[in-house]
Amino acid sequence: MNISMIAKSLLIALPMLALGACSSSSESDTTSNETNKANSAVVVAENGVETNAIDSLNLTDEEKLTNEYSDAILETTIQFGFDTSVLESRYTKILDAHAKFLVDHPTQSLTIEGNTDERGTPEYNIALGERRAMSVSTYLENMGVTSEQINVVSYGEEKPVNLGHSAAARAENRRAELTY
Amino acid sequence: MSLRLLTSLLLLLCSTQTFARLNILITEGVNSARPIAVIPFKWLGAGEKPKELARIIADDLRSSGLFFPISIEKMPKTPSKSENVDYALWHKLGVEAIVMGEIKPTEEVGKYTVTYELLDVLTGNMGMVGLSPVLEKRRSTLTVSQFRNFSHRISNVVYKKLTGERGAFLTHIAYIAVDYSSPYPYQLRISDYDGYAEKLVLRSKQPIMSPAWSPDGHKLAYVSFEMHKSQIYVQDIYTQKRELITSFPKINGAPSWSPDGKQLAFVLSKDGQAEIYTLNLHSKKLTRITHNRVIDTEPSWSPDGKSLVFTSERGGRPQIYQVNIASMQTKRITWEGDMNLGGTITPDGDSLVLVSRSNGQYKISVQDLVSGDLRTLTKTQLDESPSVAPNGSMIIYSTVYKGHKGLALVSMDGRFKANIPAQKGDVKSPAWSPFLN
Repeated sequence: MNISMIAKSLLIALPMLALGACSSSSESDTTSNETNKANSAVVVAENGVETNAIDSLNLTDEEKLTNEYSDAILETTIQFGFDTSVLESRYTKILDAHAKFLVDHPTQSLTIEGNTDERGTPEYNIALGERRAMSVSTYLENMGVTSEQINVVSYGEEKPVNLGHSAAARAENRRAELTY
Repeated sequence: MSLRLLTSLLLLLCSTQTFARLNILITEGVNSARPIAVIPFKWLGAGEKPKELARIIADDLRSSGLFFPISIEKMPKTPSKSENVDYALWHKLGVEAIVMGEIKPTEEVGKYTVTYELLDVLTGNMGMVGLSPVLEKRRSTLTVSQFRNFSHRISNVVYKKLTGERGAFLTHIAYIAVDYSSPYPYQLRISDYDGYAEKLVLRSKQPIMSPAWSPDGHKLAYVSFEMHKSQIYVQDIYTQKRELITSFPKINGAPSWSPDGKQLAFVLSKDGQAEIYTLNLHSKKLTRITHNRVIDTEPSWSPDGKSLVFTSERGGRPQIYQVNIASMQTKRITWEGDMNLGGTITPDGDSLVLVSRSNGQYKISVQDLVSGDLRTLTKTQLDESPSVAPNGSMIIYSTVYKGHKGLALVSMDGRFKANIPAQKGDVKSPAWSPFLN
């Protein structure tokens, strides 16, 4: 999944962000469409003068998100070492960003998918994948996300992102994925 | 949500679609295999022979690892009746037994009478009065579509006569095929044990795992992620009737049938970590078997139905334990190697087949349950999902072969090995059916 797809899936799920919100007059404008909603220039006529709003917030979806939650919000993959579900410290920034987002949007839910590499048996790996997803879940809950917002599913070794059998391929497959 | 439900339900139940077969590639034979002659059956009708039974029988006997069928070119003669056999010629070649027969058209179009005999060369060569070299002689009327299964029946008879053990040539394997280029990447399929007559049972856009045969060979339990979570289903392979068995939060996995077919053991993590449970399929009573804060998984019933073996991390690394269901007394049964997983007790109750990790390599191994002696059977790596033939002679398992997940066979003594690679994509999680005859 590329960055813009991730941002889009985050945004679709989102109630409209406060950033760059349209005025009510443009909302009710029957001629407006998606494009000019985002770039609204509201003309107000009063006392013989007109003011015109300058469209200063022509931000991409990614920019709106990252302005509020840092670039880390666009990262949705947490990787793990072999046969372990311990979270590495380099992922705290990513998880903190998602935690803040979820705390700000308490009706938003998140699915954490746990995955493993191909080594070991499929049934053991389902349990290991779940333990990885649970590590992420516990971290987010400690940051204030409610357990009702989190859904955990383990796919074990059944959904590799890299179909190779090298050490690099395996490292890529040992992961938890955050999906909104 | 309704859209998501719709798309996830786009799976198909089907029992008629067939695919290209899987091919058995023998990678290691057995020097001590017993030479046997399977002579091409004599066709007594006009035109071409409808089907060759001898090749199927020879392939069966070869893949048992116990027999070495000699090639047709080496046969001194190709008789079809015991009266015409010169036993000395065959004895000189070291051939122990001869399978031969005839195919004759009947008056009814499309039906044939097949006669076959199994001869003991040593007895025939001695020529003692009153001691018949004919170990078996049978006749049957059948259609061409029945020839393949009838050949497996002949193989079963030959195997039983010559080894004293029941043959497992009339059995099926169920397995998962994964082809990411297909609109339904995950497929549950069944084929004959030798890869022929492959049929689709279920296909889905989401993973399918852990097929397990009911003891009567009519049903498969499996795990499906079609609802974007794991659930255990039981499906009748003949009627396609499908029943949802468990759909608890989190893991629903690793189903295993009790030998009497009345219970399923499986894994649930609804109460925390993965734990073993049993379910009475009639009363729906759920019983929790394991209680601890680590992973317990891969339950497998002992042949007597009194205990379960399972994988547990309670000692640190995954090892195999056995729990007596009546007393709930649990003991650890594997001690060698870094870790041991996926244990299953052989039909005779004497050995434990498992995946053993040693020096970072995962191999199929067998442990003697009395002596505790562990032997590694395979030379492949990344082995998983061993499943034992109902007669205990062979193990089918999943491994990586030429960069793809494929199936492989190894005899219980480790001396015969063969690969069954996927024609396309990956195949994995094989489950050997019970006897079907």
